Amino acid sequence: MTLDRRSFLKLVGAGAGAVGLPLIGQAAELMPKSGKRVVVVGGGYGGTIAAKYVRMMDKSIEVVLIERNDHFVSCPFSNLYLGGLLPDLNTLTIKYDKLAANHGVKVVQAEVTGIDPAAKVVTTSKGTLSYDRLVLSPGIDFRLDEMKGYDDAAMEVMPHAWKAGPQTVLLRKQLEAMKPGGNVVISIPLAPFRCPPGPYERASMVAMYLKQHKPGSKVIVLDANPDIVSKKGLFLKGWKKHYDAIIDYRPAKKVTEVDTGKMAVMIEGLEEVQGAVINVIPPQKAGHIAHAAGLVGADKKWCPVNPTTFESTLHKDIHVIGDSSIAGAMPKSGYSANSEAKVCATNIVALMNGKEVTEMSAINTCYSFLSAKEAVSVTGVYKVNAEKQAIEGVAGSVAVSPDLSEVEAIYAESWLRNILTEMST
Amino acid sequence: MMMKWRGWALATGVLATSALAQAAPPSAAMLSNACAGCHGTNGGSAGPSMPSLASQSKEAIVEAMKKFKSGERPATVMSRLAKGYSDAEITAMAEFFSKQKLHATSQTLDKAKIAKGASLQDSNCGRCHIEDGKEGKDDTPVMASQWLPYLQMQMAEYQSGKRKMPEKMAEKVKPLSGDDLEALLHFYASVK
Repeated sequence: MTLDRRSFLKLVGAGAGAVGLPLIGQAAELMPKSGKRVVVVGGGYGGTIAAKYVRMMDKSIEVVLIERNDHFVSCPFSNLYLGGLLPDLNTLTIKYDKLAANHGVKVVQAEVTGIDPAAKVVTTSKGTLSYDRLVLSPGIDFRLDEMKGYDDAAMEVMPHAWKAGPQTVLLRKQLEAMKPGGNVVISIPLAPFRCPPGPYERASMVAMYLKQHKPGSKVIVLDANPDIVSKKGLFLKGWKKHYDAIIDYRPAKKVTEVDTGKMAVMIEGLEEVQGAVINVIPPQKAGHIAHAAGLVGADKKWCPVNPTTFESTLHKDIHVIGDSSIAGAMPKSGYSANSEAKVCATNIVALMNGKEVTEMSAINTCYSFLSAKEAVSVTGVYKVNAEKQAIEGVAGSVAVSPDLSEVEAIYAESWLRNILTEMST
Repeated sequence: MMMKWRGWALATGVLATSALAQAAPPSAAMLSNACAGCHGTNGGSAGPSMPSLASQSKEAIVEAMKKFKSGERPATVMSRLAKGYSDAEITAMAEFFSKQKLHATSQTLDKAKIAKGASLQDSNCGRCHIEDGKEGKDDTPVMASQWLPYLQMQMAEYQSGKRKMPEKMAEKVKPLSGDDLEALLHFYASVK
């Protein structure tokens, strides 16, 4: 079983000593299982949709959705809040009550502390749950061992804001409080990470805010990658048009250490960069529960899955969707998670009814804002290449916008309304 | 070549136990559910600039997708996404959405404009947008309960010439004033 030390310690700690991995028998059963049951872990872009669609397709299956919070804040569009285009995070926040009322999804607010793939039992902070099939959509966690000094305390000084919520609010407050002329540093980890165009959209939105409110301030982008990872031509065009003297983009600068006292980041021990506000986007991996349950592959970062069913190749009856999974050519985006969840739900229902599974067909559509009124998008239709047994983009469908577009900014807002409504009703 | 090998494998039972051999081609629901992230569950849109596909005419969807694919109809993401699907897949998705229940949008509309539009629609648009826009003749799209902002964006594209108006439509639209057209759009958006 792949279980890194940090995750293991977290896991044991989170259960307050009562429910460590091998001690499942000691925790009380939260809800006795009578008929067929799917348990879904994680109430974000993937988990809500998996739970809803299993119920839509087969009402005889009981679905329990476990989420640690009573609400979810969308990462997509949270950069617009940082840019000052949204007054708060309310329009990015969903609750789970209608998933329960409309579809009979049983929502449990609890922290998952362990998974026993052999016994098919999930342990939570409120008790255990048995399952026939488990869907994990836990999003991402950070590879903090690759970022010296970046601990929980440092995150309060140099927010990552890569999980939307209080971290996003903190970063915006820091931007507002910054003296004009101060520099904002954004560090980008090596790909793959959640939302490939996200860091570059963030640089755009922060630059837009600085241009309006902080004369003389700049955004220094330290990118560990050799080049802009996504929508490169469009970002460069937008930056030149709007933020030419504001965004200082530096490729191949991998931040490996932070110093909150000096308000500086270090690049592989060679170079130090200071900032008045520092946004560290750390290197990423599958959510820690996926590590704890032994679902992470040889790369020690992400979860290998069957591309047709999203069932883990390491443990039977456990499916992994969204950012944590290795979904071939599909990017780690909210829309990918939504689409993967439906593929997974369809085939879980088929498998639980002894029926033939269906080849996957999925979509990604992802918008990024360059200014208050201009957005760009990347699209793709994805299918399984049967010979390679890998998810690939269908030729012609995987492409970016030809130019910055005001119409796409209007469509992007409807994208958000639709995808959040889908998740919450 | 891929199919040949697969066919051989299926016939000889080489793949009998693998997921590959047991997977059916993507169903209409599998194909269509992927669209719902933008167009809403079962094609009922919650976003004012995004059309509802639920209860849309099958022919109209097929026609729109073909024109997106060829570039004849102006689009942003749809011109790219349409290229990801075969004609048979497009037909299957069109059929799926045409069978879904009409999605009643709750939007703020102008009552006076609805009344004016109601008086104009039959003689001007009713020959193709039949049943108060709940149905369409041939590949004429269903307009009932569509989002007003979406309808306004489409009308603007028609009038700018970016989207080509069918000849019969152009004949009817030409004599109408901007206020008349706006009233007609309010009317169709109001139909439930």
